[in-house]
Amino acid sequence: MSAKTLRRLREGALGYLLVLPALGAFGLFVFYPLVKTAYLGFFLAPPTPNLPSHYVGFHQYGQVLGSSEFVSDLGRTAFFVLLTVPTGIVVGLLLANLAHTKVPGIRAFRTIYSSTVATSTAVASVAFLTLLNPQIGVLSYLFGKAGGNGVLANPHWALPAVAMVTVWQNIGFTFILMSAALQSLPQEVLEAAKVDGASGSVRFRQIVLPLLSPILFFAAVIGVIGGFQSFGQIDLLTQGGPNHASLVLIYDIYQQAFQFNNPGYAAVLSIALFGILLVLTFVQFFFFQRRVSYASD
Amino acid sequence: MPATEASARRTRHLRLVVRYAVLIGAAAIVLFPIYITIVDALLTPQQITHRPPTLFPTDPQWNTFVTAFRQGSLGIYLRNSAIVTFAVVALEVTTSVLAAYAFVFLKFPARKILFFACLATLMVPGEATLIPNYQTINGLGLLNTFPSLILPFVASGIGIFLFRQAFLGFPPELRDAAQLDGCGHLKFLFRIVAPINRSVIAAFALFAFLSAWNQYLWPLVVTQTDSVRTVQIGLRQLSGANFSQFNVVFAGTILAALPIAILLLLFQRQLVAGLTAGAVKG
Repeated sequence: MSAKTLRRLREGALGYLLVLPALGAFGLFVFYPLVKTAYLGFFLAPPTPNLPSHYVGFHQYGQVLGSSEFVSDLGRTAFFVLLTVPTGIVVGLLLANLAHTKVPGIRAFRTIYSSTVATSTAVASVAFLTLLNPQIGVLSYLFGKAGGNGVLANPHWALPAVAMVTVWQNIGFTFILMSAALQSLPQEVLEAAKVDGASGSVRFRQIVLPLLSPILFFAAVIGVIGGFQSFGQIDLLTQGGPNHASLVLIYDIYQQAFQFNNPGYAAVLSIALFGILLVLTFVQFFFFQRRVSYASD
Repeated sequence: MPATEASARRTRHLRLVVRYAVLIGAAAIVLFPIYITIVDALLTPQQITHRPPTLFPTDPQWNTFVTAFRQGSLGIYLRNSAIVTFAVVALEVTTSVLAAYAFVFLKFPARKILFFACLATLMVPGEATLIPNYQTINGLGLLNTFPSLILPFVASGIGIFLFRQAFLGFPPELRDAAQLDGCGHLKFLFRIVAPINRSVIAAFALFAFLSAWNQYLWPLVVTQTDSVRTVQIGLRQLSGANFSQFNVVFAGTILAALPIAILLLLFQRQLVAGLTAGAVKG
C-alpha cells in the first residue's frame, strides 16, 4: 500500500470518528424516535393499562385526524397563533422604531425593551399566574376582576390571557430582531426621503415597511412555528382549561401521552404537528436562502 | 428672524419631550410585570393580599429571598439547571466543532449525505420524538437522572451548520501550509481553526445556553423529584404554593431569571448575534 493511500484511509477514518458523536446522537434521539412515533400511531391503547396494545394500521390515523377533537385542537392553536404573531410583530416594530433614534439615554431604553429575553416561559408564566390571580393579582385588580374567578378561569379569556403573556415574554426577542433590521436599512435612502420633505409616517409606510418586508415575513414564520410549539405557558397558566378552552395541539399530545396513557393517539397528533411544522420550516428555509443571497449581492 | 428661530427651537424641545414621554411610557409597560414581581417579593403575605394593591415596598422583606432559596428548594433547582446547562452546552459545542471540522477539512465517502442528515434534524421538532425518547430513557433506566436531561441534547444541527459555514471561510492555503509544517488535523483544529472562529463559537454557546436553561417540556416529562428538577420545573412546583407563601413564589421567580439576566447584560452584543443565528431554527 502506498503512503498516499494510507494517508487517505487514515483521513477517512478520522472523518468518520469526528462525525460519529453527533450522528450517533441524532440517530438515537432524532431519526429513530421520529420513525418510532409514526409506528406507535399504528397501535391502539388497550382499554385497561397492562394489557397489550393492538395493531390497527392506519385506522387510528384516520380516526384521530378526522375527529372533531383534532379540528378543535387545530382551531384553538390557530387562534393562539393569530393572537400572538401579528401583535408581537407590531409591538416589536413599534418599540424598535421608537428606540431607533440618537437621543441621550437611548441605550438604557434599548436594554429595557430587550429585557424580557431574560425571562423563560416558566418565569413569565409564573409571574403572570400570580399577577392574574383573582384574589391577590395586581393585574386582575386593574382589569376589574373579570368575572369573579379571573381571566384564566374564564373560557372566553383564558387563551387570550395566555397569548398576552406570550406576547410580553417575546417582546425582547422581537425588539432585538426588528432593531437589527432597522439598523441594516440603507440610511441614504431614508435621508433622501427626508430631504424631499416626506413626513415621518409617510417615510415609515412607503419606505421602511417595504424594505423590512423580508424580515417581517421571517419573524411571522418563526412566530407561527413558535406558536405551534408553545407548551409551558399553557401548562402553567391553564392546563388546557377551563373546559378545553385553551387545549392546543401540543398540550393535547402531552396529556394523551403522559396523563391519559394513550401513546398511540398522542403519536398520531405528534405526526400531524410534525407535518405542519415541516411545511412551515420549508417556507422558512426557502425564505432564508433568498435573504442570504440578497445579503451577498 | 430671532422669533422664528426661538419657535423652531421650542418645537424641537417639545418634540424631544414627547419622544421621552413615549419612551418612558413604553418602558413602564414592558417593565410593569417585572416591577410588580419584585415589589411583591419584598412584601409580607398580608400586604400582598391587601386591596388596593401596594405598589411600593415601604418595609422591604429582603429575607424572603433567603427563604425562597432554602425552603422552596430553589438552591437545588438552580444547581441542577447549572449542571445540566453547562453539560449540554459543552457537549453541543464539542460535537458540533468536531463534525463541522470533518465536513470541511476531511474527505471521506458519504460526506455530503451525512451533512445533509445533520441539516435534516433541524426539521424535526422535539415534540415529534418526545414519546419514543421517553421510552428510550425509561428503557435505559435513566428516568429522573441528570443523564436523562442531557443525553438527547448532546448534538446540535444548528451548531454543525453554523460552524461549517464559518470554517468554510478558512483559506485552504493556510491549511496546506500548516500540513507542510507537520501540523496534524487535531492540532490544526484546536490550535488554529477553533481559536480563529471563537466569536461564532461564543455566539452559538450563548444561544445553546439560553435554549438549554429554558427547556420545559422534556424536563417536565423525565424528572420526578426535586433532586434533579431544573429551575423551570421547580417554578412549576413553587407556583402551586398557598397564599401565605406567595412572596416566596415571587422571590423564586426573580431568582430563576437572575442568572440569565446577568449573562445577557454581560454579553449583550453576542446575544444579538446568537439570537439571530438561532432564529434560523426558531
